[in-house]
Amino acid sequence: MLELLGNFTVQTVVIGAVFLGIASGLLGCFAVLRQQSLMGDTLAHAALPGVCIGFLIAGSRHLGWIMAGALGTAVVAALFVQMVTRHSRIKTDAGLGIALSVSFALGVVLLTYIQGQSNASQGGLDSFLFGQAAATQREDLWFMGGVTLVALVLVMLCWKQFKLVTFDPLFAGSIGLPVVVLESVLTSMIALAVVVGLQMVGVVLMTAMVIAPAVAARQWVKQLHHMVILAVVFGIISGVIGVLISASVRHLATGPVVVLVISAIVAVSILLSPGRGVLWSWIHRQRERRTIGQRQMLTTMYKLAAHHDDPYYPVERSMLDSFYGVRTDAILKRLHNQGHVAPASHMPTEGIHWTLTDTGYSEAVRILQSIGAEPSP
Amino acid sequence: MSIRKLLGKNDTAQCHRLHEPDQALHIEDLTVAYEGKPVLWDIDINIPPGVMAAIIGPNGAGKSTLIKAVLGLVRPTAGHICIHGHPPAESLRRIAYVPQRSAVDWDFPTTVLDVVMMGRYAHLGWFRWPGRRERRHAMEALESVGMAELSHRQISQLSGGQQQRVFLARAMVQDADVYFLDEPMAGVDATTEKTVVRLLQELRDAGKTVIVVHHDLQTVRDYFDWLVILNVRVVAQGRVPEVYTGENLRRAYGGRIALIDSGTGEDSSGAVAREASR
Repeated sequence: MLELLGNFTVQTVVIGAVFLGIASGLLGCFAVLRQQSLMGDTLAHAALPGVCIGFLIAGSRHLGWIMAGALGTAVVAALFVQMVTRHSRIKTDAGLGIALSVSFALGVVLLTYIQGQSNASQGGLDSFLFGQAAATQREDLWFMGGVTLVALVLVMLCWKQFKLVTFDPLFAGSIGLPVVVLESVLTSMIALAVVVGLQMVGVVLMTAMVIAPAVAARQWVKQLHHMVILAVVFGIISGVIGVLISASVRHLATGPVVVLVISAIVAVSILLSPGRGVLWSWIHRQRERRTIGQRQMLTTMYKLAAHHDDPYYPVERSMLDSFYGVRTDAILKRLHNQGHVAPASHMPTEGIHWTLTDTGYSEAVRILQSIGAEPSP
Repeated sequence: MSIRKLLGKNDTAQCHRLHEPDQALHIEDLTVAYEGKPVLWDIDINIPPGVMAAIIGPNGAGKSTLIKAVLGLVRPTAGHICIHGHPPAESLRRIAYVPQRSAVDWDFPTTVLDVVMMGRYAHLGWFRWPGRRERRHAMEALESVGMAELSHRQISQLSGGQQQRVFLARAMVQDADVYFLDEPMAGVDATTEKTVVRLLQELRDAGKTVIVVHHDLQTVRDYFDWLVILNVRVVAQGRVPEVYTGENLRRAYGGRIALIDSGTGEDSSGAVAREASR
């Protein structure tokens, strides 16, 4: 697959994918943390009328104009949503829904209008719906790279401010930060990520590229800057792998493959990440339950021993089984491995017996003391 | 600062010259309305420097809104505000603010130390990043709230009381003259409440002014020396012994209070307090 990198067209697309990964990972983090994931979806759809307007102005499929148009309408949509939710009783989800459907309808109307015109260069405008990575030209990379650079510089210059406004907007306002301006910039910047992805992924799937790298990265980190870096890495990896996969199989659309790759990364992150992952918490819960079971067993045996005035009182396992209503051999075996209990000799007609060892005995005393059931020494 | 002015935030023209400089907080004719409905109406408040003041009042009395208006987080419909004689927008570095704990998402990826250092952002200027000095400040503050050993912990792992202490530490590194706290004792453990009160009293003893939105009427007399009773309008304000009376509380809390205790004079305010605090 890697020998594909020698191919000129593939090189171009891979570089484009790297820009896409950087822009979407970087800006997606703020969108996700500000609980504006769906803003990405709205802005991506709102980019479509801009694509058409850019085409109409340029008179051709010139990516610079198309990106400018897309950025324009996406930012308008972003500010519209922000204004509507701030100044009316309409909630954010409703505002997003309205902006999405209205602007997408407008986009499709414009798109069909353009396709109805008998213009030779109209071809392939609908490729911006699902992206057409192979159509990326070398000169297109300048526009994609330029927008990515703008996003990078903005985030680096305003890192502190963006972070504070995202985490605690009230406090940010109280120290004099222009919260409304910063929030508008952060929201509009999602549009930057969207326009970088127009060519590669298209407007319909672009929201995945905004949300997914950030969501995956959040699972692994403790600090915002680590999250941003990791999201960028995830974005680049998924972009490049997606491009290489689709380049090695005939007629495989690049955008959806890229989205599937990043979705796989999200799935793995949600399952396996330490501390936050589903698997991790499941194992953690199991271990806790086991520990509780073992502690209960030790205290039960301790109390039986105390009742019989014999610290080494051998308990028949079936007695413990009936006490707990379940088979206890697994718990006893684990306690045996830890050296807390030992098998005891018993009459041939009886079942297996267990007794507390010295360490098991003192462990039981410690447990009972820690829950206040036994006076401290 | 210039951006803030550009946005027209808090430009209270009346304060161009020093206005009531002897008051830590001076509010005149303040009215705030949400969607045409007044939340605060014709508020006049004076709080002298060096006191620990509580703002109390029933739900919806406008307590949080009052603080937000002072900090420029909501725009007043009318009236003006001065901090030590200056409009708040000109004295942001003299103000520290602790929002309600629930105002932020505690799952945000950051550490305790990081949050506390945010208190230095206002002193840093736009492009400078926090450095060793800010770190030292923050560690000292964490030390004083008893959280130093948790400085590198992710904030999602903190208990409610610990979250509140982190917020308090952040306000302390702001090194302000006037401290505003929004319900800092709500839903925290007894140890944290004690720590918070002790630290606030230390701030007051060092000559700072501490203004707290408070919900627990029973502790007003123990913790505070100044009191503002609010219910859209100011019901009463002044030193706690004069203002904390059954009569004033009844006027603020209205029908929500039923005096069980038929009232042996001095004890009636205590009975009212027990009834009114949820």
